[in-house]
Amino acid sequence: MSALSEASEHLLGLHEPVMARGDGALAALRQTGRDHFAALGLPHPQLEEWRYTNLAPLAKERFTLPARRAVSRADLEAVACPVFACSLCVFIDGIYDPALSALGAGADLHVESLAALSASELAQSAAGLDTLVDGKLHPFAALNTALLEDAAIVRAPRGTRTAEPLHVVFVSTGAGEVRSPRLFIVAEDDSQVRVIQDHVSLGGESGLTNAVTEVRVGSNAEVDCITLQRDTADGFLVSNLAAQVERSGRFGSSVLTFGGRLVRNDLSVVLAGEGAEARMNGLFVGGGKRLIDNHTLVDHAVPHCTSHELYKGLLGGQSRGVFRGRVLVRPGAQKTWAEQSNPNLLLSRNAEIDTKPQLEIHADDVKCSHGSAIGQLHEEALFYLRSRAIDEHEARGLLTRGFAREVLDALPVEALREGLEATLEASLGEAAQDE
Amino acid sequence: MLEIKNLHARAGENEILKGIDLTIAGGEVHAIMGPNGSGKSTLSNVLAGRPTVEVTAGSVTYDGKNLLELEPEERAREGVFLAFQYPVEIPGVTNSYFLKASVNAVRRHRGEEELDAMDFLQLVREKMKAVEMDEKFLHRAINEGFSGGEKKRNEILQMALLEPRFAILDEADSGLDIDALRIVADGVNRLRGPDRGMLVITHYQRLLEYIVPDFVHVLAEGRIATSGGKELALELEERGYGWLETEPKGAAAG
Repeated sequence: MSALSEASEHLLGLHEPVMARGDGALAALRQTGRDHFAALGLPHPQLEEWRYTNLAPLAKERFTLPARRAVSRADLEAVACPVFACSLCVFIDGIYDPALSALGAGADLHVESLAALSASELAQSAAGLDTLVDGKLHPFAALNTALLEDAAIVRAPRGTRTAEPLHVVFVSTGAGEVRSPRLFIVAEDDSQVRVIQDHVSLGGESGLTNAVTEVRVGSNAEVDCITLQRDTADGFLVSNLAAQVERSGRFGSSVLTFGGRLVRNDLSVVLAGEGAEARMNGLFVGGGKRLIDNHTLVDHAVPHCTSHELYKGLLGGQSRGVFRGRVLVRPGAQKTWAEQSNPNLLLSRNAEIDTKPQLEIHADDVKCSHGSAIGQLHEEALFYLRSRAIDEHEARGLLTRGFAREVLDALPVEALREGLEATLEASLGEAAQDE
Repeated sequence: MLEIKNLHARAGENEILKGIDLTIAGGEVHAIMGPNGSGKSTLSNVLAGRPTVEVTAGSVTYDGKNLLELEPEERAREGVFLAFQYPVEIPGVTNSYFLKASVNAVRRHRGEEELDAMDFLQLVREKMKAVEMDEKFLHRAINEGFSGGEKKRNEILQMALLEPRFAILDEADSGLDIDALRIVADGVNRLRGPDRGMLVITHYQRLLEYIVPDFVHVLAEGRIATSGGKELALELEERGYGWLETEPKGAAAG
């Protein structure tokens, strides 16, 4: 038996104790996840989708289910502050913590814990859960469902616009544990909502955080979803984010990765109604021996849709980055406008990036562009700063920060632009170390 | 203040400076004129320490120090300033952050206390007013999307903030309309003083109507072909640079 299948067996084995914890209403869902994961197992590098990301280090681990340590408000504030929004919704190792949460500022927005729902409420509030991420294709998404105990269910009712964003914090607390954070956002027609999902750790620096987010964007609705991977730790971070955007809807995603020993993010957006728009931004900062892999897909299923994608990578030390940006323009999806760009900055000789745009265009009246670049710091800019008395080290830092800032400055929550300064600094500091 | 002796330098494969001798004393403004490709910008780059230019022979002494041994940032702290011909756009770094870091780096070196945010703002506002720059440029990324004139004014602003002892202006007039030219020239003239030396590099005589030099040197093929007073600039304006090539080199040296 290979190491990958042994590890898969082990992960499957964690399903039983979760089932034994009850929650009958969720049992059927979990069973589906279990079956899909059993069929797929952990992906091996022969699969095209996993060519650059070998899961051998993950397969050596024997993760346990979260023991769930108590988290005090002070602990939380130490890692998740500032709170970037009016409403705060906290999950400890995937389970909702009402004591630490402070909901209700946006009265129109419904925020619920999946575990607290009765079977009938589940059928209503969580209708459509687990239909956007395909567990038959994504083993980690299937594993999340197999181990699911709770989820944040966010619903913006028709016609509501919530001025302040919602800050959902997923805290991991234990070493060597597998967490299954889950977020489900439904924006009904003509509604608007911004959600920050913030992954932080308090003693959960190792282990596997396996997150799934599903977003439904109704007609003429607007959703911004900001994902912060701030658990600057030695853990494995896997995320699957899937969104579907209906007619004239707008979906914005920003995925900011500041840590993780091995990170794999899958983002897929289906533009399902005419006039739908997607903006997909990403920033990943790696140092040491980190591996950060972003796979994105935007599916132009119908005509007259727009997508703009900007992923920036900043890699130092012996870190590696992977970017694959797939743009699918389906037959008949005329007047598509798709732009993609992936500039990368390598700070050391040993850092590496594999970048691959993948345009599959099956319509003839479209405007599609892509560009990827791999570069070092701009020598001319470096000289300019040094000629103004700024020493080389500081000048390099300024330019590196400047490169990253473009993504931060585009965040739709202004408080985050400054609020992430310390996180960015810490990551850049690590990336600048040439080891 | 600055003594250049037999300076040879190359960029890439090409030898561009082929033996420059030039002495600038405190209080003097020297203009360097010359046709395109004569080595004017290379000279300014050597003085500022651009890494892509390699000095192959000769020396540059600044206030008794070997200038060529200093890193670009050390030269700046010692009071050498180059106003760039093409100021660089740096996205993501705000002008205010940059200017403050720059001013404080120089102040630290001089043993002066660093300016805090309030003091810096006061200083920069005052200097911006002098170069007729809107305060909004503080919050923009360095030179990003600035017009030609705005970039040049930003250079003069930096010069005003850093108060260099020796300033080099590389084609400070290129791409400027008459108003912007006046603002740039006023900024330079304000800094003139008995302790300061300046090297004004220009292709056209026009700038020298506003910044009146004490000496004019004509650079051709990597050497100073002729030197004179400010009237030399006018002569060049009338006769162009063509005559330089026809006259024997020995006669032009002086």
